[in-house]
Amino acid sequence: MSTHEETSMRTMTMTMTPDAAMAEALAEEMRRDERVLTFGEGVATKGYELAKEFGPQRVRNTPLAEGIIAGTAAGAAATGLRPVIDLLFAPFVTFAMEEIVNSAGKLRYISGGQFTFPMVTIVRTGSGWAVGAQHNHNNEAWFVHSPGLKVVMPSNAADFKGLLKSAIRDDNPVMFFADIGLLHTPGEVPAGDHIVPIGKANVAREGADVTLVSYGKTVLSCLAAASTLAEEGVSAEVIDLRSLKPLDEETVLASVRKTGRAVLVHEAAAPCGVGAELAAMIAEKAFSSLRAPVVRLTGPDAPAPASFPLEAAYAPGADAIVNAVQKQLAN
Amino acid sequence: MTTFEVTAEPRVAQSLETMLTIRAFEEQSAALQAAGKSPSMCTSVGQEASAVGVMSALDERDQILTNHRSAGHLIARGADPRRILAEILGKSTGYCGGKSGSLHISVKELGVLLTSTIVGGELSLAPGVALSRQMLGGEGIVVVFFGDGAASEGIFHESINIASMWNLPVLYVCENNQWQAYVSRKETMCADHISTWGASYGVKSLTVDGNDVDAVTSAAKDAVSYVRTERKPFLLETYTYRLRGHMEPDTQQYVDANELESWKQRDPIATYEKRLLADRAITPAELDAMKARVRATIEEAAQYAMESPYPSFEELTTNVYA
Repeated sequence: MSTHEETSMRTMTMTMTPDAAMAEALAEEMRRDERVLTFGEGVATKGYELAKEFGPQRVRNTPLAEGIIAGTAAGAAATGLRPVIDLLFAPFVTFAMEEIVNSAGKLRYISGGQFTFPMVTIVRTGSGWAVGAQHNHNNEAWFVHSPGLKVVMPSNAADFKGLLKSAIRDDNPVMFFADIGLLHTPGEVPAGDHIVPIGKANVAREGADVTLVSYGKTVLSCLAAASTLAEEGVSAEVIDLRSLKPLDEETVLASVRKTGRAVLVHEAAAPCGVGAELAAMIAEKAFSSLRAPVVRLTGPDAPAPASFPLEAAYAPGADAIVNAVQKQLAN
Repeated sequence: MTTFEVTAEPRVAQSLETMLTIRAFEEQSAALQAAGKSPSMCTSVGQEASAVGVMSALDERDQILTNHRSAGHLIARGADPRRILAEILGKSTGYCGGKSGSLHISVKELGVLLTSTIVGGELSLAPGVALSRQMLGGEGIVVVFFGDGAASEGIFHESINIASMWNLPVLYVCENNQWQAYVSRKETMCADHISTWGASYGVKSLTVDGNDVDAVTSAAKDAVSYVRTERKPFLLETYTYRLRGHMEPDTQQYVDANELESWKQRDPIATYEKRLLADRAITPAELDAMKARVRATIEEAAQYAMESPYPSFEELTTNVYA
């Protein structure tokens, strides 16, 4: 049973959207630690309640310039502050790659450990808003491949809150990927100081016959597929990675060793993606447990379309997952 | 923590000795590279007056961001030439344990932070360091050294704009050395002076003869005083010349011979020696003794660096994460 579920049973929960959960996490951390500040395009305008509570020093609008937003965060993080920056949409991070990858990710190592970079970069991505490929690009694997960074991508309101709080308290630069399609779907969030540790996956549903591994909104597709499969007598375990780096290898491997089958599901394209990393890890460390080849279900190697039906078809859905499992079981 | 002398007068003899130390250090580094004993490095030969003049205007409260051409800044700030050279050679006794090499040496204890070799990287980081000063208190200012090449990066404009809008205490020091790696500045920008760009961002700016250490010292003191008091950025351009190539080795065949020769005539060290001797601020005997001290310092640094051990293989994966 997951940490989150355990916590929920013991404590009161509140119903809120992931968007609200993130705002609450940020406000709580800013109350807890005066070194935490937030800036980005429209951060003070849209977060007017935050701006009212914490003032213009700690809640700042910035020029529309992602490079200097991220660079300023890295410089501030290395010298005593704990910035949370909002770069809006994940493709915009291309303007800030130098600052995030070369500075925040590498200068600790390069300097022989003289500096730490406690900063969080929030970006949004994924289908659901029909915003097209320059606002929607699940590029999370780029950062998994970059040393010195941590990467998280939650699937529900409680994890949005708990992971953001952990990210703010982490002494490393954390990339926080918010799945656009989830942001306005309310969910239960434990009241109070709800923390989800970075690097710990959640077994969202227990099962015995096949392991479905995912993160972000495709976790919901996996859970829907698991319900359908249950009606057919197939018991699917669903693992929500939550953190892409560090990856909770133990939880994934323990599950695959139990079920002997793995279906890896994400919206991002397949080449060199998180699914590829998981498949390699399973092959290296749990090969003898496998009863069928590992299957990846991913978005296509194509930019994200704006048109609603095409966009909806981009991310693997529950039906595709059910089909993949049925094929795998027939193997 | 190094202590800094505060002097009212230009530190004439001291400035000369520091410039001579930088020159000797750079020539020693290049010689080690030529002998196959060191990886390549980017030297600051010709730019010593800029480093020494600006550093002499700072004190221990201040923080400095530099770049791939940093040995002059480090030595002028009081860094140990033995440990800089050890770092260039990738030795464990280097300031970064050998993991930086020549290109991104930081020395936190001296306030030399976050050295980046990505041209313009230092410009992206400086406002954040100054934001920490603004929010956490203290009278320290942030000085960022960059070149005319970095000024061509978009991040220069983003950096100085946000520093101006947020009233950040940053002294931007553009060492306009006329070269952007292997390309002459004249091929890449319409303006002769980067300082003319400051006005667009509401930032006070000044160009100074970067080969005259007294002029740089005087201008830097005024600029530092402005930034410290007003808590606003200032753009100081030190107009100078890169006398050696972009990186070692470099035959400089692409450099106009007349241009190079005219700048050699304005060598910041040779002209300063001449001036101090003419002014009787230093005697020929004192100059000889100074040069002997510098030679001994650099020889000792080379020996120290050569004899230092490499890092252990365990260091390959340490300090990736906090």
